[in-house]
Amino acid sequence: MLRIFIDALRTGVVTTRYPAEPSVPPERFRGAPVLRRGSSLPPPTVCPSGALSEHLDAGCRRVALDLARCVFCGRCAEDPWSGAITMGQEFELAARCRDDLRIEVVADDPTLAAAGPAGDPDAEAARASSEIHRVLGRSLHLRHLDAGSCNACDWELSALLNPVYDVRRLGIDFVASPRHADGVVVTGPVTRNLETAVRRTVEAVPDPRVVIAVGACAASGGIVGAGYASAGGVDRVLPVDVYIPGCPPRPEAIIFGILVALGRLDARRLPCKG
Amino acid sequence: MADPAFTDALRAAASGSVDAEVGPRPSDLTVRLRRADDLPAAAAVLIGPCSMALATIVATDETTTPDRDLKVRYVFEPTAPGAPDQFVTLLIGVDQACPEVPSLTTAVPAANWHEREMQDLFGIVPVGHPDPRPLVIHDGWPQGVFPLRKAFDGSRRVPVEPAGEFPHVVAEGEGVFEIPVGPIHAGIIEPGHFRFTSVGETVLNLDARLFYTHRGLEKRMEGLSPLDAFYVAERICGVCSVAHGLGYCEALERIAGVDAPPRARLIRSIALELERLYNHIGDVGNICAGASFHYGTATGLRLKERLQQMNERLAGNRFLRGLVIPGGVRLDLTDDLLGILAVMLQDILAGLDGLMGRIEANASVVDRLDDTGVLRHRAALDLAVAGVAARSSAVNRDARRDHPHGAFADPGRPDLHVVTASRGDAMARMTVRALEARESIRLVGELARRLEPGPLRVTIAEPLPGGRIGISAIESARGEAVHWLRTDARGRVERYHLRSPSYHNWPAVALAAETAIVPDFPLVNKSFELCYSCTDR
Repeated sequence: MLRIFIDALRTGVVTTRYPAEPSVPPERFRGAPVLRRGSSLPPPTVCPSGALSEHLDAGCRRVALDLARCVFCGRCAEDPWSGAITMGQEFELAARCRDDLRIEVVADDPTLAAAGPAGDPDAEAARASSEIHRVLGRSLHLRHLDAGSCNACDWELSALLNPVYDVRRLGIDFVASPRHADGVVVTGPVTRNLETAVRRTVEAVPDPRVVIAVGACAASGGIVGAGYASAGGVDRVLPVDVYIPGCPPRPEAIIFGILVALGRLDARRLPCKG
Repeated sequence: MADPAFTDALRAAASGSVDAEVGPRPSDLTVRLRRADDLPAAAAVLIGPCSMALATIVATDETTTPDRDLKVRYVFEPTAPGAPDQFVTLLIGVDQACPEVPSLTTAVPAANWHEREMQDLFGIVPVGHPDPRPLVIHDGWPQGVFPLRKAFDGSRRVPVEPAGEFPHVVAEGEGVFEIPVGPIHAGIIEPGHFRFTSVGETVLNLDARLFYTHRGLEKRMEGLSPLDAFYVAERICGVCSVAHGLGYCEALERIAGVDAPPRARLIRSIALELERLYNHIGDVGNICAGASFHYGTATGLRLKERLQQMNERLAGNRFLRGLVIPGGVRLDLTDDLLGILAVMLQDILAGLDGLMGRIEANASVVDRLDDTGVLRHRAALDLAVAGVAARSSAVNRDARRDHPHGAFADPGRPDLHVVTASRGDAMARMTVRALEARESIRLVGELARRLEPGPLRVTIAEPLPGGRIGISAIESARGEAVHWLRTDARGRVERYHLRSPSYHNWPAVALAAETAIVPDFPLVNKSFELCYSCTDR
């Protein structure tokens, strides 16, 4: 016992200061892709999860990237498109509205401005958020709900409880029963075999409750998409309050998203309003 | 490589004609049995005198090819340590009008789930199966609809029909209790339903129902360019991202007829060892959680976190996604990064040694682990159990040695110390993990020393050759995973099948649990530490 105590003292404090201090990801980290206007952007077929799309608007080719669907593989930023798209370092991507995760740029003409997110701030979402903030205050107890994930997002949620992230210091904790929870964090695209269990678990959480979709599969279906065994995203089954992109999102990105859900931080608002 | 004595033995066992040919790889053998009824006798020859084990079973729908039938391939592999790298496939054609095959499960218990899976997904009925309950497809799925048949549109959403309760296997009698657990568990873990039958605290029977995370990924990959489908394979499982990505790439590269360059093969093997390392060390921590030793849990998680932060530094992703790609690797390991890695691994080694010392000195933890969740050697062989679970029950199998991949396929391959133990309990599985983690640290150093400047990838031309089969086996952190890939006439994915190590190991968990008490089940489960997602796909 004494040896354990000495070991613990010798190890010291390993806990991160995030979000009080920013987290700087390593150089090779693949965050939100940055699309350069007016460059020869790749065709949508290059994206394995279908996050890229294109359409012609008044003769201009517009390319859109859906961050909720992106699996951050970096393929669209490889040769021969490496100049047109680069993998950025931004990871605090959580948004209250799915449309806020859509980036659209004009591909061929540098003189035209980029289009911003399609939706205005959603009044209903803002109302829900303020209600949650009023009732739940600054603390949030969450129930994890695996709706068919590959387990990467699940392990990152477990990491939030390790000595490095220790989200309990932020008033956030994971509880065993949905009846003790203020909300659910859902991972996975909602498989057919789990759909009933997912609905029942969420119904067991008292109102008001938050539903946070963690990772590309939960946010949009991701690489899995919709099919005979998958609904293609949590919002096909339940209303979602916050979407956290990533494949998987790094732990700081999940912390950011949970704090957005609590109304303690502002959700992602794209700067590129045209 | 087609040993005549071997094929003669198969011919003698069969009443119909037997055609043997080399393939899919030059060292492999594919034996076509004209009569499906010959299958049990042929399998008995492989399992008995040849002491082989079932590696995987792959069903395919070939009704749109000139053969106009369904096919089932039963793939076997040698089990003796140091046996040649070989797969022997027994191939039978199945008439789609009467899709029946004789069941192997009674003689080859490892075939159990494979046969139930092909019944669910292809409608191929294993006649004589002792437990033909649905496996992959859950309640409310309509009769006679088989999602992996080519005629089924994979994007179709099928309505859920009213269904009765699933027939769990339970025991009855005075003082016998049923304890249902899951699919949603009281923690951050994957979903599965466990139906315990117990008398007092003693587990009489455990019926595990999985496949809640079945996402239809094999169907999802069909029809894609094999280069695009890679990104799906890499995401079948989070903690096996490198192993499954690499297994898919090696199968694909065999079809394309290319080899990844030597530097890429070394980097792939380093990545595979780093994946094993963060898993094994995290698993030691989680076993401590199962034994309520919180210092051990926190230390294991802290060390795992350092390894995952290193992963992000090396690959841009904490699960090492985006490092391995078809044809080689996407990112180089520079001397700077290798230097940082070497220093960190020495720290991890010291941390692991310290942690194991604390665990072994703690009588209450040792008491929880000793003789808990015993998997007998014979059971491990019968179920074709893989990885740490097999080696802890004295089954000397490791795909890095038995089916060389990555840098282990090079002529001057590094030495590998395969760790085994004989007691088959939770303590053995934890100790084997710790020793393997040390071996992984040593291997990363040795592999890094062998790195010579050179190209990182070769280009794979599209379309890929049509109608070819690629097979590979990778030693993931959980054990051997077998990948089977076939291209269609246009060089697209016709069928891909992954048999993960967890697929063979889950039935062993249920067996081991029956030697334990209910409160020890989390500990038994954590000592196996299996993935649901790569079992369910």
